[in-house]
Parts: sequence; structure tokens; C-alpha cells
Amino acid sequence: MDPSTGYRPVSLSAPRVSCVRGGRVVFEDVDLSVPPGSALVLRGPNGAGKSSALLTLAGLVGEKDKKIEWVGADPETEPRTLIHLVGHRSAVQDTLTVRENLVFWTRVLEGRQERVADALAASGLARLADAPCAILSAGQTRRLALARLVAVPRPVWLLDEPTSALDDAGARWVRELVLGHLARGGLAVAATHIPLGIEEDDARVRVLDLGGETLL
Amino acid sequence: MSATENRSGPPGLWTRIAHPGLFLGWSRHLVVPLALLCIALFAVGLYFAFPGSPADYQMGDTVRMMYVHVPSAWLSQFCYGVMCVSAIGTLVWRHPMADVSQKAAAPLGAAFTALALFTGSMWGRPTWGTFWEWDGRMTSTLILLFIYLGIVALWRAFDDQLKAARVIAVFTLVGAINIPIIKFSVDWWQTLHQPASVFRLDGPTIDTAMLVPLLVMTGAFSVLFLTLHLVGMRTEIGKRRVRSLQTALARAEGGAR
Amino acid sequence: MSAIGAIIGRELRLSLRQGGDLLTLLVLFIGIGVLVPLAVGPDRALLARIAPGIIWIAALLAQLLIHDRLFRADHEDGSLLAFRHAGLPLEAIVGAKLVAHWITGGLPVIIAAPLMGVMLGLEPMTALAAVGVLVIGTPALTALVAISAAITVGLRRGGLVAPVLILPLTLPVLIFGTGALSASAMAAQGQAVLLLGALSLVSVAMAPFAAAAALKISGE
Repeated sequence: MDPSTGYRPVSLSAPRVSCVRGGRVVFEDVDLSVPPGSALVLRGPNGAGKSSALLTLAGLVGEKDKKIEWVGADPETEPRTLIHLVGHRSAVQDTLTVRENLVFWTRVLEGRQERVADALAASGLARLADAPCAILSAGQTRRLALARLVAVPRPVWLLDEPTSALDDAGARWVRELVLGHLARGGLAVAATHIPLGIEEDDARVRVLDLGGETLL
Repeated sequence: MSATENRSGPPGLWTRIAHPGLFLGWSRHLVVPLALLCIALFAVGLYFAFPGSPADYQMGDTVRMMYVHVPSAWLSQFCYGVMCVSAIGTLVWRHPMADVSQKAAAPLGAAFTALALFTGSMWGRPTWGTFWEWDGRMTSTLILLFIYLGIVALWRAFDDQLKAARVIAVFTLVGAINIPIIKFSVDWWQTLHQPASVFRLDGPTIDTAMLVPLLVMTGAFSVLFLTLHLVGMRTEIGKRRVRSLQTALARAEGGAR
Repeated sequence: MSAIGAIIGRELRLSLRQGGDLLTLLVLFIGIGVLVPLAVGPDRALLARIAPGIIWIAALLAQLLIHDRLFRADHEDGSLLAFRHAGLPLEAIVGAKLVAHWITGGLPVIIAAPLMGVMLGLEPMTALAAVGVLVIGTPALTALVAISAAITVGLRRGGLVAPVLILPLTLPVLIFGTGALSASAMAAQGQAVLLLGALSLVSVAMAPFAAAAALKISGE
């Protein structure tokens, strides 16, 4: 456990992952391995299985052969507590305030509440902290969802279309967030059809096209 | 799919039973013999039920209702057992045939339960003087019918049949825990509100002349259930194949554009 | 432990801020207490005799009214997905939600029950006893409603199917619940209370696992 980051870096070993959903094979034998400090960007058209790949890595969709391993993780911890999964829905309750939402998720994800203020500042929502989430714009809701990543440090980030609904400044913020995470030894897998702007970083970022054959 | 099978050589017994394609193959040869057996059993059973057995000294000819009522009541419960076993197959082994078996059994269970209730009430009118009595057994059978109908409704509500099978399996097993509780509660309730006029059936032991048709008819109904269940499963597999072919076609069309 | 508190706290906040829910619940519950005398006539002896049944049916309908809010919002806004990465297993989270749901959906009905009992001509002591019996029995209702709500969470028309699933399962609660309050069978009352308690314990023990299993499947 590194006290400055709050987690021990892990690496994802998933050399041959297959995904079957709803009785059809979404993809077969795909290498989704990611070493610590680097990122995997999944691209592809709708239905290519980007989201399915994230759900599979998150352990939420049946992976029969248990080919996904988190190397270097404390064997006592449940894999689910290593992972942040931010889906395309933001898990933000409209009737709660911005701070209440973040405090709630921090407690549920078992993070420390001291980081909530930092996370609000980092996501640019500090001045809106006591506003109900119903008044937030789609982009601000997205920032709030991503603020969880700051509030609760975890080594693995699984991000589904992280920049959707965000403007240029927001997208830049996400890029900084991900690069900072990699610098601290974390790993990230992002599914996106919009370039995140980190793809050109050859050393740390691998781009994988899923379902390219349907792009005729 | 087929590639892995070629590699593994001739399919074992379990694979042969369990693989949907192979199931369609071997079950095709079973449907007609089962149907014939069913007809033969019904012919023998109905002969013994009508000219071949005496009327009851108390109930007269209405006792013959028993030869339909008791087998359907038995199947109303047996069918739930089949669904529970299939539900376990769905949840533990995630086997598509277990899904299909669950789905095919639900409407059959509902039908046999409804038949048991209908014949029971037809029988109740001349013997008890009323079509419906809030008798413990009848009430819990009625609740069982509601559970079956709920399961049928669930099947119809889901689009994704694979997900449906597993969710419904959870409900089927929850129901299996609850059915004895429901039965107990209804019995308890009945002793609380015991009506004086109900004629109890459990008194006299049954005569051999009535036992023979009863057993044959029970056999006939059970074979009828097996046949219908098999046909239902085959139909369901066929439907799923059509569906997956259509999906494949849609995807091919989408790719061509 | 903090996570359990957070979930219960959130549910209570949501329910209080969307005050309309609580009000609707109480209006429905009391409304049934007004409708029944109007429908069957103001015969006090008859009303007092059927009052326990009416109270239980009203409590069940109130639960049916709000079953959809138990998991549907969390399913639709992605919270259920995020819950899967909480420190606690989903079963524990479902358990916490059950507690919160009982407080927001069961407790108001329990508090309003004596009023309803008096409206239906129950003796004041029996009306108070109704509170105790509801406290013992409503956890079972909440648990069974939760199972059905979890099973139908992925369905667009789930709100329509769930009551069909719930009704047969809640029959024993209704039977023992009214048995515990029925004046015609004093001897059986104690037994009914015990059976009702057993039913609540079994249902509450089973519900988090069954509901979590259904939610996990629906989340795939």
C-alpha cells in the first residue's frame, strides 16, 4: 500500500478474453492485458463490444474461463474493490446535492471523506457543492460522476465514454485525470468512439479496435 | 460451436441429451411413440373409468370425475417440480436446455392446475352443493395457479430470453420455498374458519375397482405431460433458432450497407 | 458499517425530499379505510369484524404502490452498476435498502394503522394491537415486495408484472396477520403472532440473497 496514492498498483492480465452476451459471441480471444501505469483505449463502432469488454473486466458479465487476473493485488481484497467502473449512466441522484452525492458514493465505495473536498475542487464543482444535482448540466453531472475517481483512490479505472457530454475543457480535464492516474501507477481501460487525446502517448497507451471487420 | 464438437469426437450421452441441435434430432423419434402410448393409456384408462368401474355408493357417477381430477392435481404439483429442477439447471450450469424446459413447463403447469380446479369445482357442485368451497386444498391450488400465471406473464414480459430464464429461475425457487408455507398457512386458516358442511373425502379407503382406472389415468396424464413438454421444448428451440437466424440476417444486412 | 449508514441515509433523504411519495402512501392507506365503509355500509359490527383484513390489504396495496421505487431508479441511473464495486457485497446493500424501504414505506402505514382501526370501528385496544402485529408482519411484506421488484427491475413494464408475482407470495402474511387480530379466534391469536414473526424472519433472511441474485442477472 502506497500511502500517497492509497492503493497498491496492480496489473491486469487478460490475454485471451471472450465475451458472450445474450447468446451471441461479442468478441473472442481478445488481449485486454494492461500493465500498471498504462492505459488501454477500446475503440470501435456501436455494438462492437466496448461496453461489454468493460463489464467483463469488471466481473459483471459472465466470463466462463476466469482468464482475467489482477496481478499484484492483495489476495485478501475482493477484486471489485480495486475497480472504479464509470458507466455511461452517471449514478447521480437528482434530489441530492452535489456534495451529498459524492459523500454517499465515497462512503459506499469505502473511501475517506477528507478527499471529497479535493475531488469537488478538482472537478470544478466546488461552488456548486450545495446545489441539488437536478440543476446540473449533462456535462457537470458527468464531472460529478468522474469526481468519484478522485475521491476514492483505486488502482483500476474502467471508463465507458468518459468524455461524453463534456466540452473541450471537460475533455482536457479527463485527459489530465487519466494521465495523472497513470503517473501514480494506476491503470485505466477506456471505451470511447471520440479520441481521448491520450492515444498518441505511445509508451503508456495501447489502442485496440474492436469489431473492425463490420466497418465495411 | 460446431468446430469444438468436431474436435471432441463423438458426443457423449450428456452432450447428446443437452445439445439443442442433437436434442431436436433424438427427440423427433420420441414424439410419435409417446403420443401413441398416451392415446393407448387414455383408451384403457377411460374404458376402466366409465364402463369398467362401479359408481360410488355415495356420490354415484360423479365419482368418475376423480379420474380426471386427481391426475391433473398430481401434475399441477409435479410440473412445479420439473420447473424447479430446470431452474437449478439454469442457475448452476446455465444450460440452454434447462431454460427451454422451464419455459415449456410453465403454461402446462398452469393448464393442469386450471383443469384440476375446474374438475374440482364440477365435482364439488353435486357432492358439496357448491362450485367453490374455501377448502384448504382448493385454495392453495388456486394460489398455485396464480404463481404459474405470474411465471407465464414474466416469460412474456422479457425480451432477452437468456436473462429471463435466470431471473425466472430465481423466482421459481423463491416460489418453491413459499409454496409449502402457503399450503401451511391456508390449512391453518381453514382450521380457524372451519365450515361445518364440507364433506371430507379422506374417510373411506379407495376400492381396487376404482384404483385401477385412477392409476392408469394418472399414467396417461403423466405421459400426456411428457409429450406436451417435449413438443413445447422442440417448439421453443425452433423459435429460438428462427430468432437467431433473423438476428444474424439483420446483422449481415447492416454490414452490407 | 459506514456504507450501510450511507445507503439508509440516502434512501431516507430521497423519500423525505420527494415528500409526495409519503403523502400518496398515507392517502392511499387511509383512503381504503374510507372506501370500505362506504362500499359495504356503516354496520359497525361487520366493519369491526373485517377491519383486520382491510388493514392488512391496505398495507399490502401501499407496499405494491411503492415497490417500483425500490430498485428501478438505481437501475436506470446506473447506481446499481456502481454498487457492484462497493466495499460491501450487493446482498448487504440490498439488505440496507430493505431497512430503509421498511422505514419509509412500512412505518408510516404502521403509525396510521390505529387511526384506520378506529375508523373501521375497532376497539381502541385492538387498534393498538394492530400496530404491534404490523410491526411484526410488515418486514415480510417488504422483503417479498423487494424480491419481486428485483425480478422485474429490467422490464419496461415491470411495474405491471410485479404485483402478479407478489400477491400469491404474500398470502401467508395476510392470513397470519389477520389471524393475529381476529377477535373471533382468541386462542389462535398467539400462534398467529408467532407464525407471522417466523414468516418475517424467513423472508427477511431470504430476500437480500434472492433480490441480489435477480439484480445481478438483470445487470448483465
